[in-house]
Amino acid sequence: MSASTPASQTTGPGGEGPFPQGEDGPSPQDAGRPAPPPGEHTTPSSGAPPESAAPADDFDKDTLPAPPGATSALLRSLLSPLRGRVVLATVLLLLQQAAVQGGPLLVAYAIDSGVPAVRVGDYGPLVAIGIGYLLCAGASGGFQYAFIVASARVNQDVLLDLRGRIFRHAQALSVDFHERYTSGRLISRSTTDVESLRELLSEGLQELITVILSFVYISAMLLWLDLGLGAVAVASFVPLYLLVRRYQRRAGPLFGKRSTAIASVIVKFAETMNGIRPVRAFRRERANEEEFGVLNRHHERANGDAMLEMARYVVGSRLVANTAVAGIVLWGAYRVTEDTLALGVLAAAVLYLRRLYDPIDRLGMFLNSYQSAAASLEKVAGLLAQTPSVPEPHPDRTRTLPALASEHPGREVDFDGVRFAYRTGGEVLPRFDLTLPAGQTVAVVGSTGAGKSTLAKLLARFYDPTAGRVLLDGVDLRDLSNAELRRGVVMVTQEAFLFSGTVAENIAIGRPDATREEVVRAAKAIGAHDFIASLPDGYDTDVRKRGGRISAGQRQLVAFARALLADPAVLILDEATSSLDIPGERAVQRAMRTVLRGRTAVVIAHRLSTVEIADRVLVMEHGRVVEDGTPAELIAGSGSFADMHRAWRDSVVG
Amino acid sequence: MPKPDAPTKEPAGKAAPESAGGSARGSAREGSAARTLLRLWPYVRPVRTRLFSAAFVAILASCTGLVFPLVLKWLVDGPVADRDLGGVWVGALLLLLLGVAEALLFGLRRWLVARPLASVEAAMRADLYRHLQRLPVAFHDRWASGQLLSRGTTDLMLLRMFLAFPLTFLVVNGTTIVVGMAILVAQDWALGLVLLTPLVPLVIVCAYYEGRYMAVARRAQDQVGDLTTVVEESVLGIRIIKGFGRHRSQARAFRELSRTLRGTELAKARLLAAIYAVIMALPEVAIGAALVLGTVQVADGGLSTGTLVAFLSTALALRWPVESIGFLLAMSQESATATERYFEVMDAEPESSSALAASPGEGSSEGSDGSSDTDGLRFHGVRFRYPDAPADAPPALDRIDLHIRHGETLALVGATGSGKTTLTALVPRLHEVTEGRITLDGEDIAEMERERLRTLVAVAFEEPTLFSATVGENVLMGAGEDAGDAELRRALEVARADFAHALPQGTDTQVGEQGLSLSGGQRQRLALARAVVGRPRFLVLDDPLSALDVHTETLVEAALRRVLRDTTALVVAHRPSTVLLADRVALLSEGRITAVGTHQELLRENAEYAWLMSGAGAAPVTGERAPAPVGGRAEAGPGFADVHTEAGVVSAEGEGQR
Repeated sequence: MSASTPASQTTGPGGEGPFPQGEDGPSPQDAGRPAPPPGEHTTPSSGAPPESAAPADDFDKDTLPAPPGATSALLRSLLSPLRGRVVLATVLLLLQQAAVQGGPLLVAYAIDSGVPAVRVGDYGPLVAIGIGYLLCAGASGGFQYAFIVASARVNQDVLLDLRGRIFRHAQALSVDFHERYTSGRLISRSTTDVESLRELLSEGLQELITVILSFVYISAMLLWLDLGLGAVAVASFVPLYLLVRRYQRRAGPLFGKRSTAIASVIVKFAETMNGIRPVRAFRRERANEEEFGVLNRHHERANGDAMLEMARYVVGSRLVANTAVAGIVLWGAYRVTEDTLALGVLAAAVLYLRRLYDPIDRLGMFLNSYQSAAASLEKVAGLLAQTPSVPEPHPDRTRTLPALASEHPGREVDFDGVRFAYRTGGEVLPRFDLTLPAGQTVAVVGSTGAGKSTLAKLLARFYDPTAGRVLLDGVDLRDLSNAELRRGVVMVTQEAFLFSGTVAENIAIGRPDATREEVVRAAKAIGAHDFIASLPDGYDTDVRKRGGRISAGQRQLVAFARALLADPAVLILDEATSSLDIPGERAVQRAMRTVLRGRTAVVIAHRLSTVEIADRVLVMEHGRVVEDGTPAELIAGSGSFADMHRAWRDSVVG
Repeated sequence: MPKPDAPTKEPAGKAAPESAGGSARGSAREGSAARTLLRLWPYVRPVRTRLFSAAFVAILASCTGLVFPLVLKWLVDGPVADRDLGGVWVGALLLLLLGVAEALLFGLRRWLVARPLASVEAAMRADLYRHLQRLPVAFHDRWASGQLLSRGTTDLMLLRMFLAFPLTFLVVNGTTIVVGMAILVAQDWALGLVLLTPLVPLVIVCAYYEGRYMAVARRAQDQVGDLTTVVEESVLGIRIIKGFGRHRSQARAFRELSRTLRGTELAKARLLAAIYAVIMALPEVAIGAALVLGTVQVADGGLSTGTLVAFLSTALALRWPVESIGFLLAMSQESATATERYFEVMDAEPESSSALAASPGEGSSEGSDGSSDTDGLRFHGVRFRYPDAPADAPPALDRIDLHIRHGETLALVGATGSGKTTLTALVPRLHEVTEGRITLDGEDIAEMERERLRTLVAVAFEEPTLFSATVGENVLMGAGEDAGDAELRRALEVARADFAHALPQGTDTQVGEQGLSLSGGQRQRLALARAVVGRPRFLVLDDPLSALDVHTETLVEAALRRVLRDTTALVVAHRPSTVLLADRVALLSEGRITAVGTHQELLRENAEYAWLMSGAGAAPVTGERAPAPVGGRAEAGPGFADVHTEAGVVSAEGEGQR
């Protein structure tokens, strides 16, 4: 029968999959990963300076360094604004537990006072018991409702706060941070890690408080009912506590191992699915399966270990609890026979005891969620401890750009004694001065790693210079508010990312208040209108949905339309035409001559064709500007640009 | 088992998930949930003995708990009432034994299932992974990798938990409740019935809230998905957000979504609170009533004190099983959804290993049209339409007839969006042709083992992807098992990727998501090295030099030319420099091949080609009207002057060379 299900065809020999055993496979964690090189020549595009003064390989790890106590400080700061409501929720839970634990007390009263009273025809106690029980039932239900709602408010506000903090912080951190800390990690910080805190808050914490409260209440009740019995029950907490500690000690590392194991499974999985074309084309399926099998086995083993540890804990705690119950019953019964204990008290004590030890298993569950939430919070705290290396200026210090000097929208750019080096020491741009007059189109050329992109990023204030200032019409970029800065400078990069939403929305990122006409005009100016119009819903086509296949070149055109719409004083193009075909590139150049006329533009390009529209060319080598002049001058000269240009001409002509 | 998969198959295959798990129909009732869950059987089968024993053990353990009150009753009514010390000891010993037995049984249950369930989860995950690797690329185009990943992780963990708890405990608690009720009614039927009464309203209320709760929970899940998307995009698009200073609007979108989520979560909490309130209060009321009645009966002498104590503690022992039914069912429902999501992917048809029926369009000319071993790469009347394209849309490629002779290099040129990349994907069968045939040395690729086909054809993609492995491993992926250092060295040299030797650990340096990140140009060169390392008979290069600077490009071209001399190759090109690697050029225009010839011929004779290669003299296919088809306005703008110059250079010097 199972042969007919598609699943079973691929099941293989069931649990014992066709994969090699995990133990002897190399663990991805053991594989010594090289620390990122301090130098710049090997990682020209991504070799960003490390965020903090800490050694560079911190970014290889999931957890960033955080000052000691940062995790608990984070938790405190999340909860402190909600102090009032935390207190309210706690009080509600106290009341609810009081109502719940009232039951057995009424049982004792019924047996010891109710029964004799009824026997003499006095129904008063009985009525009291009935009403008392009804009240308890009603109160436990009502308070339960109130507590869940109150605590949900606290939880949700904490999560809202935390999500917002991570999001805003990640957005505030500079581009170099994002280049070092992979997007996957950042995403898992704000999703899975928040999720594990959510689990702790919504289930675990309530569980813990309930457990502790009922321990306290029941112990108090037992002590009140009978000091001796209560003392025995309280004494049983000692071995239980030891058990919990032992479990925590042993399960902690197991959980750590398990989460590392699942993390590598996830990485492998995601990498395969994202690169499915090369996987297919290069027949990696089998090799991948083997590698995945090893990782999967690792996780399976760690998973089983964790579950077995839990089993051990459950056996231990149950044994202690049941032994205690038996012991207390023995002693209690013994004393009832000696008439030093009322029968009703024994009955109530037994009922309480059953309740007392009931939540022990759940304590284990709480410990699980606590472990994973603690690990997650530590990671989040590490992220939040990162300081933005390109901070927004203090509101008091912000300046605005001066009014435009001419009818042209361009502004003057001035690199004043600028020097840029990685904090680890590698110098990318030695000290230099450079002035780009308003309205000039400047092409920057040079081989990979010459520092072109760094120059652009300094101008876009993705980085701040190590020394010196970058001035826009005489104002230091560091003194401009974000909004003001982006009215001044806009950068279009090689990777043209599209946000989910329609094509029109994607263009409108350039200027959110733009009308549809303006969006269309921008698209037309850049030559993107025709392909957009041919999409299933034109400008309203959702780029993530069916029929939204948009090629790399088309994405770059959308990115350009975006920049065009933003209408900045200074436009930076960082290899923004690499995926365009020649007509597309021409359209861009045409737009720069018409729509963008009068703006200051910095164009970084591999293609020398772009250079021809420039007023001025900078040739960079090893972080220095080695040639500077109009295209014609440089071509006519004997520098490296002339060589490059000749080589390019030859290549174009063949 | 054989039947149930049939109905779920259809919607599953078509469902294109847009938001997180948009597939589950909230209306799925218990019946269908059970049927969905039955599909897990093939995976559970290997561990069935352990699982069933565990369930049996759990029932035993649970019933041991019910014997407790009976012993208690015997103790209270017997030895305690009779002041019999020996009896007290016996009773306590009995309790201890029961306690030890219960503890061991519960431990045994967990021990029995721990490893098997981990292995079920692992087996399902391995199967999913294997299956996904074999699903057509078109499938992956439709499904976001995050959606697949959540199936491979969260859903499978949920299923493991389902097998560990709800499945077992639905049976165990059901049995416990029945046995417990029997014990209660047997001891005193009137009191038993009093305790039974709230069961009915409890089930009704729970069912009512359960349905509403599921709907809200689903909504919350979807909103989490939306929130994740915003987070993801704000990280991936950070340069754009920063470049345009759009933090505020992005943060606003985030804030709105997370506030909505908070609202939904609170609504969820209110429903949950209501369920719990009812679950707490109703049984308590019943117990209270039983206590009052019981007290009266004890006073009348109709009931012993021991029975009342036993009765109440049995009722108490039954509380958890009753309360749990609700969330056990909810968990089962969620697991059914997870199962559905899992099989949604598993039911998708994988690429068959050879796929004979792929080309129905082109009669049965049996492959060899008088072709030999050295026939090269041929497209015969190929038409291609994306499987998910609307029916009325024109095919992405149509009537493609091309012949790349043995050892020849053909450049493929076309405007943005003309279908160049799609065409290249057909050769290694990443997509299947809709109609027509592609032959390699006379052999129809649709009749070849994919494995062999992909050994013959090597590809370098437009977006160079490196995997988390060393540089050397990444490159050698393109070669057979026996390829070694010599091949690696040669390939790196051809692609001018010598920088690899200068990396911290040389070619053993880790790259990819978990390693060193390389620049676009560096990645592109490694991808190129990967394509040529195996000295493939057929080579497909999709704009292989786009991210290289002029200097490097010239060097790579020179080396590549040597490789291309004796390889049959299809090269997508945007620029004259790349085109010049080829012997001939084919022009692709709106999914059709409109011209084939040498670079110079086409430059002279074909206006669209000239326009594409130089940006000048724009003309559509008909060669009549002047406006450019893609570039939009081709009016003589200021950019026109230098456009002319370049076109002039190209044609003039081109002529000079001939």
